[in-house]
Amino acid sequence: MANIVIDNIKKSFGAFQALKGVSLTINDGEFVSLLGPSGCGKTTLLRIIAGLETATSGDIRIGERSVIGLPPKDRGLAMVFQNYAVFPHMTVFENVAFGLRMQKADEARVKKQVEKAAGLLHIEPYLDRYPNKLSGGQRQRVAVARALAVEPGVLLMDEPLSNLDALLRLEMRTELKTVLQEAGTTTIYVTHDQTEAMGLSDRIAVVHDGRIEQVGTPVEVYNHPATRFVGSFIGNPPMNFITMPVNNGQVAVGAQTFAVPAKGSEIVLGLRGETVERTSTGQGLDIQVRVAEPMGPHLLLTGSILGQPARVILPATEAVKNGEIVGLKLDASRLTWLSPESGVSYPVAA
Amino acid sequence: MTQNRPWIPYALILPSVVFLCLLFVVPLVQTIWLAISENGVPSLANMRTMAGDLNFGRSLINTFLLTLAVVPIQIIMALTMGSMVSKMGGGRETILWIWTIPLGISDLAAGMVWLSILQNTGYLNSILFGMGIIERQTAWLTYQTPVALFIGIAIAEIWRGTAIVMIIIVAGLNQVPKEFKEAAEIFGASQWTRFTRITLPLIRPALQSALILRTVLAFEVFAVVYTLGGRNFPVLVGEAYNWQNQNQNYGVAAAYAVLIMVISLAATLVYLKAIKVDPERLP
Ligand SMILES: Nc1ncnc2c1ncn2[C@@H]1O[C@H](COP(=O)(O)OP(=O)(O)O)[C@@H](O)[C@H]1O
Ligand SMILES: [Mg+2]
Repeated sequence: MANIVIDNIKKSFGAFQALKGVSLTINDGEFVSLLGPSGCGKTTLLRIIAGLETATSGDIRIGERSVIGLPPKDRGLAMVFQNYAVFPHMTVFENVAFGLRMQKADEARVKKQVEKAAGLLHIEPYLDRYPNKLSGGQRQRVAVARALAVEPGVLLMDEPLSNLDALLRLEMRTELKTVLQEAGTTTIYVTHDQTEAMGLSDRIAVVHDGRIEQVGTPVEVYNHPATRFVGSFIGNPPMNFITMPVNNGQVAVGAQTFAVPAKGSEIVLGLRGETVERTSTGQGLDIQVRVAEPMGPHLLLTGSILGQPARVILPATEAVKNGEIVGLKLDASRLTWLSPESGVSYPVAA
Repeated sequence: MTQNRPWIPYALILPSVVFLCLLFVVPLVQTIWLAISENGVPSLANMRTMAGDLNFGRSLINTFLLTLAVVPIQIIMALTMGSMVSKMGGGRETILWIWTIPLGISDLAAGMVWLSILQNTGYLNSILFGMGIIERQTAWLTYQTPVALFIGIAIAEIWRGTAIVMIIIVAGLNQVPKEFKEAAEIFGASQWTRFTRITLPLIRPALQSALILRTVLAFEVFAVVYTLGGRNFPVLVGEAYNWQNQNQNYGVAAAYAVLIMVISLAATLVYLKAIKVDPERLP
């Protein structure tokens, strides 16, 4: 079975450490995203899994078998590149057939597999064309079809949608999800786009500065970020971080009090902007609104809470004027508490 | 700006057009006329003299043999060198620079370099003698040793002319994104398959340019041959030179020149047809 175990992978380029000990287990048939800002080491990790790059130390096992030292072709995987890497001198058919040709598959199997993959990605009309005549989205489909045609145990994708325009990206995202669910392929998907990762993944691994900060389902990662970085990287607007005083293990917010696991005299509240409800001032957390922006589906308030910058979201039906002070009621189950020193969150349900 | 003064682009290219006409088209027409006329009337006399000359057949064969030997080897070497260089990280520029040194040497000087190696008192004989492989000085460049002479000339030509091919090929290889090769590798293509199925088709334009340039230059080979072989190894340009300078027969010299041009144009046409470059199938 094609489960993947990434075991303490380190990678240095000269003196620069791109991966600082990454471990991650991906179950058979699972879709896992590597999500992180540009330059955090996502591509490097993917290339190490693919065998295009050699790890400085650590082990990769695919289906219980260590693949360190194996050439890419012996790892039972396929890959979709960021710029597609669809061969310009071959027709779409030959592109999709490439992997099968390399496996010396017979003509009947090539035809069957290419037709299947082309059907899945709706590229049958272009099979005899050359890729240069195709749009970015169509080339993207060819690249995915080429990968699926070999029925790989593992599919690796490096920012496959980042070269598409916004509308097409949304469309392809939905389609990818359908196609991959159907194929049931174990997938590692690299992206710096949190909405993509949230929408597609069974689990997300948030990568930061050569390390995995958190692994979890999209909901877990969103609601309970393990670190300050994860909270601020995921979500739009990003999570608010408000340092608050702690008295006897409790934080008082207007009429509300929360028991917190902090040992010191301060704690950081991680507050998702849309988890608040409006209440009268002094009853909850007060926000001094600088700008109120009606966004259509909701109202975005930018201002400060306890003198610290914050953004919260109220229903579109609320009316708030610039400069107003608005009381916010908090939902205890949706708060994250973090250590002010380390930026690491305390375990949930403390 | 050019919309209301449409003549400006034409005015700007006029000097180069005039220049080309004066220095290229006019002499070309004159040469062709010289070759196909006698005393101002059209005639094939010069052509007949050329074709009837004792050295004509040999020089034609020699030129073709040399081209056939040199060009493929140069292309293969340039491909190998280019592929090797493209896999290097540091030191790449230095190696390229060293490999292109022969480019900066005139063909006459290149001939002299190889003469100093291959002549009777040259470095090759000294080394072979020093190692006890030969008993006495051996002549490599005489009409009695045609094979050695041919190989000597071919090696000198390869040494002199590979760099330009390599530069074109390296430029072509640089145009091929490494993702293509990586994608091929992921899907199971061996190194050789990647080279033949991915790299080669993608550097077609560079390959075509290199082949045309190198072949045309090979048909014009002269200085290296003249330095190493003198008249022991007649080639087409050498014959043109002899008719012009020694025989003072400009008509026959012009006939040779026209023949060389026709061969070059034909070769170019063959390459353009044989190695089709379809812009639709390029990255
Ligand atoms: N071949 C390389 N040589 C040197 N540094 C590299 C190389 N490849 C990647 N890096 C560095 O490693 C870091 C991670 O790169 P990468 O994995 O491409 O990031 P990401 O895909 O997350 O944007 C970057 O700082 C990048 O500059
Ligand atoms: Mg990347």
